[in-house]
Amino acid sequence: MDKIKSLEMVNITKKFPGVIANKDVHLKVESGEVLALLGENGAGKTTLMNILYGLYHPNSGRILINDQEVKIDSPKKALDLGIGMVHQHFMLVPSLTVTENVALGIKFKSKFSMDLDNVAQKIKLLSKKHDLNIDSSLLISDLSVGERQKVEIIKALYFNANILVLDEPTAALTPQETDDLIKWLRSVIKEGMGVIFISHKLNEVMNVSDRVEVLRNGKNVFSTPISKTNINQLARKMAGHDVELPTVERKNKFGNTIIELENVWAKNERGLDALRGVNLTIRKGEILGIAGVSGNGQKELAESITGLQKIYKGDIRFKGESIANKSVQSIIDKGMGYIPEDRLHMGTIPGFKVKENLILKDYLRSPFSKIFLLDRTYIKDYCKSTVDEYDVRCPNINTPTHALSGGNIQKLILSRELKREPDALVASYPIRGVDIAAVQYIHEKLLEARDNDMGILLITEELDELINLSDRIAVIYEDQILDVIDTAEADKSKLGLLMAGIKEGSR
Amino acid sequence: MRNNIIKILFNILVLSISFIVALLFGSIILLIAGVNPLVAYQAMIIRPISSVYGLSEALVRSIPLMMVGIGISIAFRSKMINIGGEGQIQLGAVAAGAAALAIPGVPKAIAIPIIILVGFTVGGIWGGIAGWMKAKLSVNEVLSTVMLNYIAFQLYLFLIRGPLIDPSEIAWGTGVPQTARMPDSTIFERLIQQGQRIHSGIFIALIIAILVYFLLWRTTFGFRLRAVGEEPKAANYAGIKVDKYLILAMVLSGGMAGIAGTIEVIGVHHRVLEGLSANYGFSGIVVALFGRLHPIGVIPASFFFGLLLIGAEMMQRAVNIPSALVISIQGLVILAVVSSNLLLENPKYRKKFLGFLMQNN
Ligand SMILES: Nc1ncnc2c1ncn2[C@@H]1O[C@H](COP(=O)(O)OP(=O)(O)OP(=O)(O)O)[C@@H](O)[C@H]1O
Ligand SMILES: [Mg+2]
Repeated sequence: MDKIKSLEMVNITKKFPGVIANKDVHLKVESGEVLALLGENGAGKTTLMNILYGLYHPNSGRILINDQEVKIDSPKKALDLGIGMVHQHFMLVPSLTVTENVALGIKFKSKFSMDLDNVAQKIKLLSKKHDLNIDSSLLISDLSVGERQKVEIIKALYFNANILVLDEPTAALTPQETDDLIKWLRSVIKEGMGVIFISHKLNEVMNVSDRVEVLRNGKNVFSTPISKTNINQLARKMAGHDVELPTVERKNKFGNTIIELENVWAKNERGLDALRGVNLTIRKGEILGIAGVSGNGQKELAESITGLQKIYKGDIRFKGESIANKSVQSIIDKGMGYIPEDRLHMGTIPGFKVKENLILKDYLRSPFSKIFLLDRTYIKDYCKSTVDEYDVRCPNINTPTHALSGGNIQKLILSRELKREPDALVASYPIRGVDIAAVQYIHEKLLEARDNDMGILLITEELDELINLSDRIAVIYEDQILDVIDTAEADKSKLGLLMAGIKEGSR
Repeated sequence: MRNNIIKILFNILVLSISFIVALLFGSIILLIAGVNPLVAYQAMIIRPISSVYGLSEALVRSIPLMMVGIGISIAFRSKMINIGGEGQIQLGAVAAGAAALAIPGVPKAIAIPIIILVGFTVGGIWGGIAGWMKAKLSVNEVLSTVMLNYIAFQLYLFLIRGPLIDPSEIAWGTGVPQTARMPDSTIFERLIQQGQRIHSGIFIALIIAILVYFLLWRTTFGFRLRAVGEEPKAANYAGIKVDKYLILAMVLSGGMAGIAGTIEVIGVHHRVLEGLSANYGFSGIVVALFGRLHPIGVIPASFFFGLLLIGAEMMQRAVNIPSALVISIQGLVILAVVSSNLLLENPKYRKKFLGFLMQNN
């Protein structure tokens, strides 16, 4: 197959039971350019790209490469044609190594043996050439999110992709990793790669793309070169109405301490210290932000408070009582909410229906169940109203959760946690992968909860979000709390330094 | 509506075709053995459904299959694979038999529930061991259940040859390894007189199928069990003790097989004897798969397999061929039917073959 000079999707329609995910959508990308594909959660971006990658078969429509029609009926075919894709939820086998994962897509000459050394060699070359820095003998399960993404990229490169689809590649990356990725993108575009870039972070979009295509409810609604538009216009086109970020009123009155960590030590899965003597207090009606590059102990911090992580020294008190190493159930019952980082495998059960996931923490209590019988009518009504109230877009509450769009899964988790009205909430990266309108909505909800006296621990890498929402910001660095500052005194550069481990006056 | 009818038609069509294909292959085997396939198949397919005896025997066999199938389905909902049905049946049976012999005077209405409970408990413990080994020691349950089968089998033989052997076998010096006959107050009634074996145990099995359906989908217990199977990480996040529910799923699963053994003792043989488990522990896996690992789906699946089993027996008697051949033909049919499941479940194929009949939606 020749190099792809232009790729065009024409009149693509894709229906799922109860929804039309794409309706007569068209899209064109040429080599050497970045096309940003935008749209609200559930607009149909991922579906469209899965069609391009041969994972879904459209009900109608055509795909043209260099003006010739092609049939893409499997990812293998897509790779052969030169189309690579990095998925929103990665498609790697965790129990295999990097090399093996790449080899999965290869058709070897011999049917009985795989020349893995050769594959590993080529991966090494690629990762050197592209500065990706991946050890191909590692298991996927041992890699961080950013590293996994690099593996997906290597996989695409291995098959000489010259159209690359990136579905929300930066949603889970650290700011540093994001910068690296964008730099890398620029370099491969120069070499003639064509890129379809999906993101909800509009400043990034303005930064890297040449053109944008906006979808709403599965239809094309707007298309423009990037030079002729701006963030506000894009946000408006996506949502179909004006979007304004909430203005935050600073609070200066807080309640009593609700969560208190005292000299907490914990080890991670590999047996290394992941929290070293952490002290923190969260007050009622306060949002305490945790700033830090991910991987500095945030996960263990969130999980020790919610009971998923054992601590081996120190104490955690919630409403005055120790909850250190108590059962998860008892901490939930005491009034703790948790929006976990891993929304697909921890925050929800992908194979469960939307309604089952909505009651994941409530099924035990009345009126959701009596003695041990689930009250199906009550659950149905409750879930219907929750889905409406929080605008979780799904065909209906019996849809399996994995069929929801990424952002809507996030909203589902948020709605479940907030609707229970816990006394305290640990929120890890709550706006990851949600569209601007939903960001606004989630922030409003968090602020509202704060004003209703909930104590919130907000873990995020978005400095804007932190500064906007938090009342105080604690900086975590190498498993320790480096400093806690009042948001009024915080600015991006100061936080940036602290996140890099540099404390003023200590240089 | 129309598409639903098409779906049903399609399923029937696929099943019949695969059935016929299996029979065609089978007829090659029969011809080689020097038997007229038509005579053999007449005995295998027509006779079971055209006589009271055939239907009764098919039902008799479907009962243990149903119980084991339900058990497998429960285990599967927590993503555990229970290959240990044989051992669980045997130990459930021998425990139930011992219990029945121990309470001769107790009225039926009390005796039978006690006996079933004993069979359930012992089968459940045997399954639970595998669950515990999985949860606490990460021992693969396929491995442990198979090993536990060997242990159970030896234990079973020891018990019915030794401590539990019918005293009259010793007195008369015959020494057949079986227990004494169960007291009348502990056995299920026959449903139709004229010497047919179908017994009231079938109602127990049907009730249990429905109860298990309710347990899995309408109770908090089932919610947890399924959550653990679908995504342990999320279950843990939601406060569910994953280990506990893995074990409980295996206990229930083993318990169901234990009841299967119990019913065989107090419903069919009225003694505990050698060969009682009759491979139901393995056939039950096929039944469960064919019933889509759903306790209600298992009901028709077990009846179908009951028919198949009795059909094979009748064929063997009719044309007098070695039982190994019968088993292989039976295997062919099972293979064909189970593999056609792929076609049944995937709407793509339906569309491909019968799409021209469908309405566009
Ligand atoms: N496998 C599926 N089965 C049923 N419905 C699906 C499936 N995949 C997607 N959908 C539905 O199609 C619509 C579009 O989903 P899609 O994942 O393409 O959205 P998206 O634009 O990528 O959103 P996000 O920004 O949240 O990732 C949604 O309503 C979703 O519920
Ligand atoms: Mg998406």
